[in-house]
Amino acid sequence: MNFDKELDAKGLNCPLPILRAKKALAEMTSGQVLRIMATDPGSVKDFAAFAKQTGNELLSTAEQGKEFEFYIKRK
Amino acid sequence: MNMPTDQAALDALIRQRLDEILPQKLEELKASKTPSMSIIATKGTLDWAYPPFILGSTAAALGWDVQIFFTFYGLNLLKKDVGDLKVSPLGNPGMPMKMPFGPDWFKGIDWNKFLMPNLIQSNLPGFESVATMLMKQTIKNNGVATIDELRSLSKEADVKFIACQMTVELFGFSHDDFIEGIDYAGAATFLPVAQQSDVCLFM
Repeated sequence: MNFDKELDAKGLNCPLPILRAKKALAEMTSGQVLRIMATDPGSVKDFAAFAKQTGNELLSTAEQGKEFEFYIKRK
Repeated sequence: MNMPTDQAALDALIRQRLDEILPQKLEELKASKTPSMSIIATKGTLDWAYPPFILGSTAAALGWDVQIFFTFYGLNLLKKDVGDLKVSPLGNPGMPMKMPFGPDWFKGIDWNKFLMPNLIQSNLPGFESVATMLMKQTIKNNGVATIDELRSLSKEADVKFIACQMTVELFGFSHDDFIEGIDYAGAATFLPVAQQSDVCLFM
């Protein structure tokens, strides 16, 4: 999937991946896509809730071993 | 003209239209309202420093309006240097004491369980400092943010910090002891905002 910006949140724990993602999204323009890499297992549910609440669309969630990959489209 | 019948028909029509329109209207109103949260932070130890800043910064990231009212020992969380916040297993049987280094079997031992009774721990000089050091290392190893980091992120995200002026004086603090950008106020300032908050928490 194409993306405009990438955020490496590997090794970070709650709530840092969400806070960093929020910051990254704030610097992007509407329609742009952010790719996030994380290792926090809680981030799967957290990013879904974050997207639902903020209106930024969670395009996909993927799991590879102990790593998680999220694509979020900025509102 | 039969008034009562017209009236009844009109009422029925209004009721029917309301049933159709109201749910969506309420949904729209709910969606357009910015959620809000008020927290009272009363504890001044390293472990209790986390909940207000984690929830405050996260709520702000979700787009909520957040205010945190710091009172009594919670004022410690507003000091310029939060590096000296401590945690103690003393009187806290729920806190495991684990080593943040060494092989996994070693890290898995909960020393608090069999090392020594709580009463004796309290008499050991520097025990609290050791426990604090171990927890800080564990926090670092697990990629958990420091209090200073979470506090800065909260501040950046416009979380409102209010220090209880009464306890500032009670404990002999001065405003110079605390970070910039804090409001100093009392219960009468907190309550009206808390009243309007969707989430209100005491910590």
